[in-house]
Amino acid sequence: MNNPFSLLGKIILVTGASSGIGKKTAIECSKSGAQLIITGRNAERLSQTFEELEGQSHRQIVADVSVDAGLNELVSSLPKLDGIVHVAGISKPKPFAFLNRKELDEIMNTNFYGPTLLTNILIRKKLLNKNASIVFISSISGVSCSFLGGASYSASKGAINGIIKGMALELAAKQIRVNSILPGMIDTGIFDGSAISEKDLIEDRKRYPLGRYGKPEDVAYAVIYLLSDASSWITGSNLLIDGGFTLI
Amino acid sequence: MEINEFVQNFSAQFEETDASVFKADTIFREVDEWSSLTALSIIAMVDEEYSAKLTGEDIRNSNSIEDIYQIVLSKLA
Repeated sequence: MNNPFSLLGKIILVTGASSGIGKKTAIECSKSGAQLIITGRNAERLSQTFEELEGQSHRQIVADVSVDAGLNELVSSLPKLDGIVHVAGISKPKPFAFLNRKELDEIMNTNFYGPTLLTNILIRKKLLNKNASIVFISSISGVSCSFLGGASYSASKGAINGIIKGMALELAAKQIRVNSILPGMIDTGIFDGSAISEKDLIEDRKRYPLGRYGKPEDVAYAVIYLLSDASSWITGSNLLIDGGFTLI
Repeated sequence: MEINEFVQNFSAQFEETDASVFKADTIFREVDEWSSLTALSIIAMVDEEYSAKLTGEDIRNSNSIEDIYQIVLSKLA
């Protein structure tokens, strides 16, 4: 039976696959039939994700896409792709008044320059097949709202929101689609050991109309949709997945 | 690092409250102006001034300014 949501036969690159949203996305994509190339900075955790992938002929490549050397090394070993999922991202909550160039560079390198330049190099090297789909995991922060200490994170995600519009417009000529997902807070441990305490998170959770934080699979299923042929006519969009948070 | 200087840096994160209010044994959470943004500012100040990483839990587990000072000291050791 023909399933328009299937990823069978598609080669998909997932960054940030060693934990959280990236890990779950890779696993769910493999269950939908995709052949995965997963990348992340932590070799041990990346191989844990790799072990959980369903099916054969997947690959894992340890790389840091926030630096040029890591980007080039990754790209040199890639085949032609049918999809990219940019998940690698960091958040370091700090009040605006305490930001400086070093802080901004760090977050922009990982959250904005990394995924943007990786895509740029793949396009230059013609490593994206016709009908390929590129998915950026952005955020509600920086597009719809922000949070205390989240100015730099929001800036990086706002930048993603801007560049996908231009990319989507230009890459349409190649039938390559570019979309982003705007998740609300997902349970991934992104704030573990940070300036935001567990008690703050318990309080914050109550602000979600659907009564909980998101789960990594809530995002992963949307990624599958945007990678699949079911979304063939969708490009330049931001898919909101926030349990109703921004309704209030 | 010494406690009086730490208290001074701590008080600098407040806009409305007079610096004279702050002593080593001040229960910072009882200061009217205290908020979650102040907590983030204290953590950022400690990072900037003392190159020590406080967490949100460290602040939650402290009552007085000196409690935080002691945590910073232990992280510098």
